[in-house]
Amino acid sequence: MCTMLMKKVPVEGFGRGSDGWFDMKQANVSWDHPFHAPEEHALNIDFVNESYGPGARVAVELSVEGARQLAETIQSVLSEAEDRGLI
Amino acid sequence: MYTTDQYEGMIAETVAMHGADGERVLAYCARPLGTGPFPGIVLIHHMPGWDEWYREATRRFAHHGYVAISPNLYERFGHGSPEDVAAAVRADGGVPDDQAVADLDASMRYLRALPYVNGKVGVFGTCSGGRHAVLAASRVDGFDAVVDCWGGGVVMPTDQLTLQRPVAPIDYTADLNCPVLGLFGAEDHSPTVDDVAVHEEALTKHGKEFEFHMYEGAGHGFFYYHRPSYRQAQAVDGWDKIWAFLGQKLSS
Repeated sequence: MCTMLMKKVPVEGFGRGSDGWFDMKQANVSWDHPFHAPEEHALNIDFVNESYGPGARVAVELSVEGARQLAETIQSVLSEAEDRGLI
Repeated sequence: MYTTDQYEGMIAETVAMHGADGERVLAYCARPLGTGPFPGIVLIHHMPGWDEWYREATRRFAHHGYVAISPNLYERFGHGSPEDVAAAVRADGGVPDDQAVADLDASMRYLRALPYVNGKVGVFGTCSGGRHAVLAASRVDGFDAVVDCWGGGVVMPTDQLTLQRPVAPIDYTADLNCPVLGLFGAEDHSPTVDDVAVHEEALTKHGKEFEFHMYEGAGHGFFYYHRPSYRQAQAVDGWDKIWAFLGQKLSS
């Protein structure tokens, strides 16, 4: 919240949190202070289901380069799957 | 001066109080044993939450002779690990300023009601807590000193104002009625050196008492010994400046 760079996106899927698997409803994407990554800011993604409380969270804190590569790779894999008629 | 033959004791525990709108807010309170009277201090946790560092900082203030209270500004987001709760707050763009100010007002009044507080209460915060410290001391009467450690967002461009944070704290400078100590890192991105200069200019313009220190070789959060941002020499000097400032401003 220090940078106020945050967006929420609906995400259907499942994530494995501290209490096991749960159904995720949303991804919160921010460029802000991470909790663990040794940087002042990181690209943080929290996959959550707010109805289960704050503990229903799968977190990643990514470097700029790592985040860009991840985004490109997701698009690439989905495109290839479409090309092969798997989606 | 701290000596090896002095008696020392402390009590530290979770307490509850009525915060904004009368809702229950938990707080961590630490105080030296004895009748005092001791000065009071409200500690405002940083963006990463009401966490272990703030528990330790609260006890540190008690060790230095303060009745210290650190309210959980994230109370309305539920309970869990500090990181999980803080992540939920981060996703919502932070707690509303009005709510935070009311919780901090309640914390200050909690301290003032205690029979062993000397009638003086300061406020200390780091990161978003530094911003909240400046904001609370500007909007609420009853604080006698402010310690702002690298509070980002005191200076806010109009396009960064939100429903939760509708007014930049710097716009309340005229209403600030107590001295300010500011500790900042020259390599910080929020606040930047330029942001701090703008804040200094506003304080000077309104004739406010303040003391700002800009540390070279330090960035954001240089007190946090558990993070790579820790800068030993700057942190030691910063703590010394805090004790000197509060010792002068909050003595009875």
